[in-house]
Amino acid sequence: MTTRPNSSSSTHSLHSSRGYHLQQKMAPYLFISPFLLLFAVFGVWPIVKSLVLSMYATSGPKDSVFVGTQNYRYLLADADFHTAVKNTVVFAFWSVVLQLPLALGLAMLLSRRWVRGRNLFRLAVFSPYLVGQVFVGVLFSVLFIPQYGLLNQGLHATVGLPLDTKWLADPALVMPALVLTALWLYTGLHMIYLLAALQAVERELYEAAQVDGANATQQFWAVTVPAIRPTLIYVLIMSTIGSFQLFELPYIMLNNTPGPNNSGLTIVMYLYQTGFVTGDLGYASAVGWTLALGVLLISLVQLRLTGAWKAREA
Amino acid sequence: MKPNRLTVFARGVTYVTLCLMAALTLTPLLWLLAAAFKGQNELFHYVFFPPPGLLTVVNFQELWEAMPFGRYMLNSVFVASTTVVVQLFFGSLAGFALAKYEFKGKRLFMVLMLATLMIPGQVTMAPLYELIYRLGLMDSFPGLIVPQAVSVFGIFLFRQYLLQVPDELMHAARIDGCSEFRIYWDIMMPISRPMVGAFCLTSFMATWNSFLWPQIILHHSGRFTLPVALNQLVGQYQQEYGTLMAGTLLSILPVLILFLLLQREFVEGLTAGAVKG
Repeated sequence: MTTRPNSSSSTHSLHSSRGYHLQQKMAPYLFISPFLLLFAVFGVWPIVKSLVLSMYATSGPKDSVFVGTQNYRYLLADADFHTAVKNTVVFAFWSVVLQLPLALGLAMLLSRRWVRGRNLFRLAVFSPYLVGQVFVGVLFSVLFIPQYGLLNQGLHATVGLPLDTKWLADPALVMPALVLTALWLYTGLHMIYLLAALQAVERELYEAAQVDGANATQQFWAVTVPAIRPTLIYVLIMSTIGSFQLFELPYIMLNNTPGPNNSGLTIVMYLYQTGFVTGDLGYASAVGWTLALGVLLISLVQLRLTGAWKAREA
Repeated sequence: MKPNRLTVFARGVTYVTLCLMAALTLTPLLWLLAAAFKGQNELFHYVFFPPPGLLTVVNFQELWEAMPFGRYMLNSVFVASTTVVVQLFFGSLAGFALAKYEFKGKRLFMVLMLATLMIPGQVTMAPLYELIYRLGLMDSFPGLIVPQAVSVFGIFLFRQYLLQVPDELMHAARIDGCSEFRIYWDIMMPISRPMVGAFCLTSFMATWNSFLWPQIILHHSGRFTLPVALNQLVGQYQQEYGTLMAGTLLSILPVLILFLLLQREFVEGLTAGAVKG
């Protein structure tokens, strides 16, 4: 195909030019086909199959019985699943409520034009995101230990919290410990997105607002928020979806257990336990689809609420 | 305009806040670095670094006695790099086709891809496990790599980027007799260099840190990747904090170094999808 079609020469060039047009027409199909094949087998088919599988009771990958909607009905009455949902929702709520305002505040400080060393600050705050969840889990499980752990030492020295606070052994403290770890891990990531959006806001908008006599608070609501709204919504939805998939942090920090009184049991951890420890892939699929529907519903509600907010701003 | 007293004060507060947040964020990482080089007696005796004479590599020796850690690092490097290369090739090629050609089923394909993005990955865990089992790929590197070979995020990233490339460039190349694949390879790929760098880094990091899927399909300890190995280490050496920290430090170092080398492209890659919409 690399021969140059040459209009001045004979039959050979005619032939190659026909081939040339053919390869041009076929090219997109050829380019897309390897992707499409893998996507169909490992992307689409498992989604369809998991919906089917969620209607089977299984034991390992070889043994299964059709049970209809029984898995879903069991889930409704499953106390452990209820605990997992409750924990996950509590975690997601506090994660989003703490991470987003903090990230926005930091991004606004960093977006000030006169700030020097912006890249260094950004790098520092963002750096935890580079550390995978498993490694964060191992590190923080040591930072959280009673007596000698850095967190207890620090909190004892600054606010006088008792040194023997058992963050990962006290059911009431497991969730705060996880929320705190996630705060450390993800605030910088959100900040990167918000900072990029803030830096793209046109300065003229602020100047116009100043001419109109708007103070800092009014500028924030009238200029900043509408301008970065798409990014805010994106970060809100992505962080919610991410929080609902919490698994590695509690699984590692609680030493592969759901924690005292199931206080660290999350939906994905329950999926993993039922599907890959107990071996009921059908039930695990039902857990997965319940998670997917829940996340979809919450994303739609968030879109709706933030959309309504926009209408009021405009 | 000279800054007045109030703005000087506001600037001071801004810098103090930023420094405080940066310090709070870096403290755990600094502690990790120090802990990896402290012996058992020094670990909690000195909050961070002991006097230089007391620094030791004994934790790393113990780590290598506990498990073939070098092997696990090589496993992780192999799996992450292979996944990146495969994702990059399939993703950029398909992204190019979506950006620059009209063909039947294009819209349907894009809608389907967006739809799968809405569904959390854990939903497909069970059928994928079945599939990998049937294909005889349990406990193997292909079992890790093949299901991750296509990145829907990647294809959209490249499509987005290549949409901006003027069509005239392709016409000119065709007049010169360039084949369509050569247009992709010799023109589109060099143009998307910044995107290639960004994508490789995000994708490498995601694979490097991935735990749930490797944990599910790897049973034979010789094939462990670092996250799976670290989890194993926590189970066996729960109280050996120094050893654990040495392992953690070595596990996060490659990604940290890659990031420092390619910081700007990395940040661009992360925000490319979000800010441009």
